[in-house]
Amino acid sequence: MTDLHKTGAAVGEPVSGRPAPTAFLEVRDLKVHFPTDDGLVKSVDGLSFQLEKGKTLGIVGESGSGKSVTSLGIMGLHTAGQYGKKKAQISGEIWLDGTELLTADPDAVRKLRGREMAMIFQDPLSSLHPYYTIGQQIVEAYRVHHDVDKKTAKRRAVEMLDRVGIPQPDKRVNSYPHEFSGGMRQRAMIAMSLVNNPELLIADEPTTALDVTVQAQILDLIRDLQKEFGSAVIVITHDLGVVAELADDILVMYGGRCVERGPAEKVFYEPRHPYTWGLLGSMPRLDREQQDRLIPVKGSPPSLINVPAGCAFNPRCPYADIPKDNVTRTVRPELTEVGGRHWAACHMTQEQRERIWTEEIAPKL
Amino acid sequence: MVLRHRPGTANLGGYEKMPTGSPKRRLAAGAALVVAALVTTTACGGGDGDDKSEKGAGYNAALNKVVNASAKKGGTLKFVGKQDFDSLDPQRTYYGMTWDFMRFFTRTLVTYDTKPGAASNKLVGDLATGPGEVSADGKTYTYKLRDDLTWEDGSALTSKDIKYGIERIWATDTITGGPAYIKQTLDPKGEYKGPYKDKSADKLGLKAIETPDDKTIVFKLPKPNGDFEQFLAMPTGAPVKQSKDTGAKYTQQPFSSGPYKIQSHKANKSLVLVRNTAWKKSSDPLRPALPDKITVTISANLEENDKRLMEGDYDIDVNGTGMTQSGRVSAVEDHRSDIDNIQTSFVRYVALVHTAKPLDNVNCRKAVFYATDFAGLQQTRGGAVAGGDIANSVFPKTIPGYTDYDPYGVLARKGKPDLAKAKESLKECGKPSGFSTKLTARTNNPGEVDAAEALQEQLGKVGIKVEVDPIDGAQSSSITGSPKVVKERGYGMTMSGWGPDFPTGQGYAQPLFDSRFIFENGNYNESQIKDKSVDQLFDDAIASTDPAKSKALYEDMNKRLLDNADWMPFIYEKNISWRGPRLTNVYSSAAYNGRYDYVSLGVVK
Amino acid sequence: MVLVVLLATFTVFYMLPKWAGQDIAVLFAGKATGAEQVEGIRTKLGLDDPLFIQFWDFVKGIPLGRTYANGSDVTRCPAPCFGYSFVTEEPVWNTLKEALPVTAALAAGACVLWLVAGVSTGVVSALKRGSVWDRVAMIGALGGVSLPIFFTGMVAMGIFVHSLGWVHISDNLSTDDSVGVWFETLLLPWIVLALLNAAMYARLTRATMLDVLGEDYIRTARAKGVAERAVITRHALRSAMTPILTVFGLDIGVLLGGAVLTESTFNLPGLGLAAVQAISSKDLPVILGVTLFAALAIAVANLVVDLLYAVIDPRVRLG
Repeated sequence: MTDLHKTGAAVGEPVSGRPAPTAFLEVRDLKVHFPTDDGLVKSVDGLSFQLEKGKTLGIVGESGSGKSVTSLGIMGLHTAGQYGKKKAQISGEIWLDGTELLTADPDAVRKLRGREMAMIFQDPLSSLHPYYTIGQQIVEAYRVHHDVDKKTAKRRAVEMLDRVGIPQPDKRVNSYPHEFSGGMRQRAMIAMSLVNNPELLIADEPTTALDVTVQAQILDLIRDLQKEFGSAVIVITHDLGVVAELADDILVMYGGRCVERGPAEKVFYEPRHPYTWGLLGSMPRLDREQQDRLIPVKGSPPSLINVPAGCAFNPRCPYADIPKDNVTRTVRPELTEVGGRHWAACHMTQEQRERIWTEEIAPKL
Repeated sequence: MVLRHRPGTANLGGYEKMPTGSPKRRLAAGAALVVAALVTTTACGGGDGDDKSEKGAGYNAALNKVVNASAKKGGTLKFVGKQDFDSLDPQRTYYGMTWDFMRFFTRTLVTYDTKPGAASNKLVGDLATGPGEVSADGKTYTYKLRDDLTWEDGSALTSKDIKYGIERIWATDTITGGPAYIKQTLDPKGEYKGPYKDKSADKLGLKAIETPDDKTIVFKLPKPNGDFEQFLAMPTGAPVKQSKDTGAKYTQQPFSSGPYKIQSHKANKSLVLVRNTAWKKSSDPLRPALPDKITVTISANLEENDKRLMEGDYDIDVNGTGMTQSGRVSAVEDHRSDIDNIQTSFVRYVALVHTAKPLDNVNCRKAVFYATDFAGLQQTRGGAVAGGDIANSVFPKTIPGYTDYDPYGVLARKGKPDLAKAKESLKECGKPSGFSTKLTARTNNPGEVDAAEALQEQLGKVGIKVEVDPIDGAQSSSITGSPKVVKERGYGMTMSGWGPDFPTGQGYAQPLFDSRFIFENGNYNESQIKDKSVDQLFDDAIASTDPAKSKALYEDMNKRLLDNADWMPFIYEKNISWRGPRLTNVYSSAAYNGRYDYVSLGVVK
Repeated sequence: MVLVVLLATFTVFYMLPKWAGQDIAVLFAGKATGAEQVEGIRTKLGLDDPLFIQFWDFVKGIPLGRTYANGSDVTRCPAPCFGYSFVTEEPVWNTLKEALPVTAALAAGACVLWLVAGVSTGVVSALKRGSVWDRVAMIGALGGVSLPIFFTGMVAMGIFVHSLGWVHISDNLSTDDSVGVWFETLLLPWIVLALLNAAMYARLTRATMLDVLGEDYIRTARAKGVAERAVITRHALRSAMTPILTVFGLDIGVLLGGAVLTESTFNLPGLGLAAVQAISSKDLPVILGVTLFAALAIAVANLVVDLLYAVIDPRVRLG
C-alpha cells in the first residue's frame, strides 16, 4: 500500500480532515447519496481532487458513473429547489477559493453561483428558457450579480455574444433559443456562463448534443476563453476524445468513485486501470490505423444501489481473476500511486498492468 | 280544467312534485336535506319551532273551507315560482296556473265559482249575469252581460269585444298555444280564417257567434256539446279589445278587464300587477280584489323558493305543484299548520298498448293488473301523503265518472298484488310462463323511472319480463305519442301522467280513450283503444246537457275500460302546498286542480 | 371557422330531432295539437323552408336583421338578429343582451377568484409536495372538483343567506341594480363557482409546476444564481401558464355560454338560466340563439387562446 497522505500532489490526492487547502478548488471525500424507495443510490461515494486556476480537469465516465452528480454537487444544485423530493445526502468538503460550500449559508452559495462558478449544460436547447430571448437570459445572469440597469447589462450581453463568435450579436441578442442553431445556442450558453467572469467553469458534456464539426469549434472556444479569463475548468464527458485536447488532468470515474487519475498524457499513454483501457479502446482516434476495430467495454454500468463487492468493475473486467485469493471480488481496491501524480485503483500489480497494457492493449489501439 | 300536466311537455320537471327520483334528483334532494338540516339547526333555537306551528291555521285547513276569511284591503301579495306563465295572452295560454292567475286581469262570460273544494266546479256568471240560456236542442247559448263592464282605459266592454277575443282562436298561425275547443265546437270545418284575415269591416265575420246588441251574445253550435260552457270558462273565451290587439305581441301587455292591470312584465323574471282603477266592483261580485299590488317573481331554484316561502319572503307558489322533498320535510316539521295536503286531478298511469302482442289479449292485460303492487308504486312516488292515493278508477275522484268500482280488488287488497290470479290470467291468455315486453318512462319526470323499475320487478315475479326504456319526456309526443314509433320500438306499456283540461269526462278522458283521437303524432290514446262503444259513450255524454246523465255515461265507460283492462291508473296524485301565514281568504279550488284560488287571496298587511 | 361552428350547431339542432323521427313543430305545439295548429306553428317558425335556406336566413339575420311573417303580422327583428321568440314575442337578442352582463359578471369575478386561488394553491402544493399542506389542499381540491355546484351552492346559501343573513341575494339581477347589489348577489356564486374551478386549477397547476420544475432550464436559472422566488415565478410559473391558459380559455368560453347550474341555483338571470327557461317553455328560437351564442363564445375564446399562445410562447409565433 502506498502512503495515502503523500503531499505535493496538484491533482487528485485523497485528502481529508485537514485545514483549508491552498488549491483553488479542493473536493474532499465527497459523497452524494440519494434515498429512493428502492434503496440508497450512492451516486458519488468518496471522491477527492484538487484543481488550480488556469488548469482544466476532465472527468470521464459512463453515464451513471457520478460525474454529473459531482458537478451539480459543487454548484450546490442538489439542495436548491428540490421541492418535496427526498433530499440528497451530501457529505465531505468542497473548498472553493477558501470557502467550504457544503457548510456555507445556502444564500451565500447562491451568490457564488453564476459569479464565482458557472456551468455549461449538455443540451443548450432544453437548458435555455424557451420563452425568453437569449439577451434577456444573459441580462438576467448578469444583473443577478451586478447592480446595473438593463441597458448596461444588455450591452454586456452583446459584448459576450460577440466574444463567443456569434455573428450580428446586436440582432441575435433579441432572438429566442429556438431561432439559433445548436452550435450557436451552445455559444450563447457559454456567453451566459462567462458573463460574470467566473473563476470556475464547469462544462457538463458541452458538446454531446452537437454535430461533430461544431463540437471542435466549441472545444476550441472553451480553450481560448480559458486562456483569456484564466479560469479553472472542469469538463465532464463520457468521451475521452473531448478531454484529450482540452484537459491538463484526467479523472476517470466508475460506480461513483475515482478509478484512475493523473496528467492527461499519462492517462492516455500509460493508463493503469482496465476500465480506462476499455474507454480508450472504445474511443475513435484519428491516429489509429484500424478504425473498424472499436472495442466496447463489455457489460453494463453497475447498480449504484448494490455496488458489486470488491472492485466495482470486477464483473466486467477481463482480468479479474489475475489477482490471487479472489481479492477483486471481496476487497475494494484503493487508489495507489503508479507514477508521478498518477493514481489507479486496481488489485493487479504494477508489473501485471504494465505488461497487459504494452503487450495486449496498446498494440490494438 | 286546466292543467298542463300532460305527457309530452317539457315543463313537467318544474311542474310536478319533486321526489324520490332519479339518482341525480336524489342527490339534489339529499343535498337539500343536508342544507335544510344545517339551516334549521342553526336558525331555530329553543322552542321556536313549536311556536311557529301554533301560528298557522292548521294542517289541511284550506281544503274545504276558507282560511282567514277577510274583506280587508291593501298590502302586496307576493307569488314566487320556478316556471313563468306560458303566455299572458288569454287565447294563447294552456297552463293551469296561468288560467288560475289570469282571473286577476281577465274576465270571461262564465267562470268557476270562488268557493272552496268541489263547490268551485260550478260555473257562474262573470261578464254574463249568469250561466247561459241553452235552447232545447242544446245548440244555442245566449248570454246577457252585466252592467258597468269596463276596460282598463275606462271604455265600456261589450259583447263585440268578447266575440273578437274568441275569434282570435281561429288565427292559428299567430295565436298559437291555447286550446282549440271553442273553435272545434263552433266551426269544426275551419271555414273562418280568423280576425286578421277577416274581410268584413268590423272584423267580426264569424257566423257562429252573434252580437245582436252590446249586452247580448249568442253562440250557435252545429251540434250540441254539454261541455260548451266549460270551454267559455277557459281564458280562450275572454274578450280582447280590437283597438288594443297587438296580435302575437299581445302576450307582452294584455289589456285588462279585471280588477288589476299589468304594471310591468319581464318574461322569465317578474310580473307586477297594480289596481285597475277603471274596474267597478259593482260589475263583479266574484272578485274581492283585496291586495293593492301583486308581484310574481320567477326564480329557478325550487329548494330555495321553498325556503323563502317559509321565511315569509313570499306568500305562495304560483306554479302550485307542491313543495320539494326538502321543503316538505322542514315544512312538516316546523310549519305543519301552514301546509295543505292537496288532492289534484292528476292521475299516474300505465297505458297497455293494444297493438303490442300479447297485450292485445285482455287476459294478459288483466295479468298486469293483478301482478302490479300498487302499494309499492305508491312508495316510489312518495307515499300516501306526498305521492297520493292508490287509484282504482280511470277517472280521478274530482271528475264525474269516478266510482269505487274495483274489479281487480286493488283497493280491497290495499294495493298488494294477487299473484295467483295473475298466473291464472296468464294461463287464460295462453302465456302460462309469462311474456316479454317494453315499458317506457320519462327521465325528466322525477320518480317515473324508479316507479317503472319497481313495476319491472313486480311483474317479473309472474314471469312478465319487462325491459324499461327511459325516454326524454320533452319529446314524448313524438315517441309514445307516435303509434308508428311505438310499434317500431316494440313498446307494450307506457308510463305517464294525465290531468284534465276542464273538470268533465270529456275534458279529462276523450284524448285518452276515444279511438278518433289516435293521432300520428301527439297521440295520448297511448293504449290505442279502438272501442266503438267507448266512442259512442263519449258522443252521448257530450251531446247531453244534463250533467247527471253524462255522469252516468262516464261511469259506464269507466266500468267498460276497467273490465277490458285497457288502461291501468295507479296513483291519484297529491302534493304538499305552502299556505303563507300572511294570506287571507285562502282555499283550495278543485276547479283549478286543487290550487289555491288566486283571485280571492288577500294579505294581512 | 365561426361560420363552421354556426353551421354545425344549427345542423345538430335541426337535424337531430329529424333523424330521431320527430317533428319540431309537434314538439313545440305540445297539447294543442290539431293538424291546423301544428301547421300554423310550422309556418310561424319557418320550419317549412329547406334547412339550408333556414340556415342562410339565420346567418344573414345576424349582421342584417330579419323580417318575420308572424302570422298575419310582420315582425322586424333588427340586427344583430339571433332569431325571434314566439313565446315572449321578442327578438332573441333582447334575451341575450339582458343575460350577457349577468353571465359576464359571474364569469369575470369567478375566474379571477379561481385563477388566483387555484394557481397559488397549486404552486404552493407543488413546492411543498408531500407535505401536510399539499395533502390537505389536494384532498380539498378533489372534494371541490367532485362536489356538485347545486350542493355547494345550497350549503352556501343555507349558511350565509338563511342562517347568518350576511348576504342578501337579489331576485332577478338587472342592469338597473346598483354595483353594490350586483356585488352582494354575485359574491356567493363567485365563490361557489370559483371553488369548483379553483380545485381543478390547483390540481392542474401543481402537476404542471412539478413537470416544469424538473426542466433543464430551471436548473440553468439556479446555476445562474437566480434567487429561488424568481426561479419559481419568472421561470417555472411562466412556463406552467401555457397549459393553464389553454384550459382557462376553454372554461371562459364555456362559462360565457352560460353557467347553467350556478345560474339556476342562485337564480341569476344569465345565459344559462335563459337556456334552461327556454327549454322548459320549449322556446326553440331562444334555445337555438343561446346555443349558437355559446358556441360562438367558445370559438372566440379558443381563437383568443391561440393568439395568446403566440404572446406567451415565442415558438408558436408566425415567421
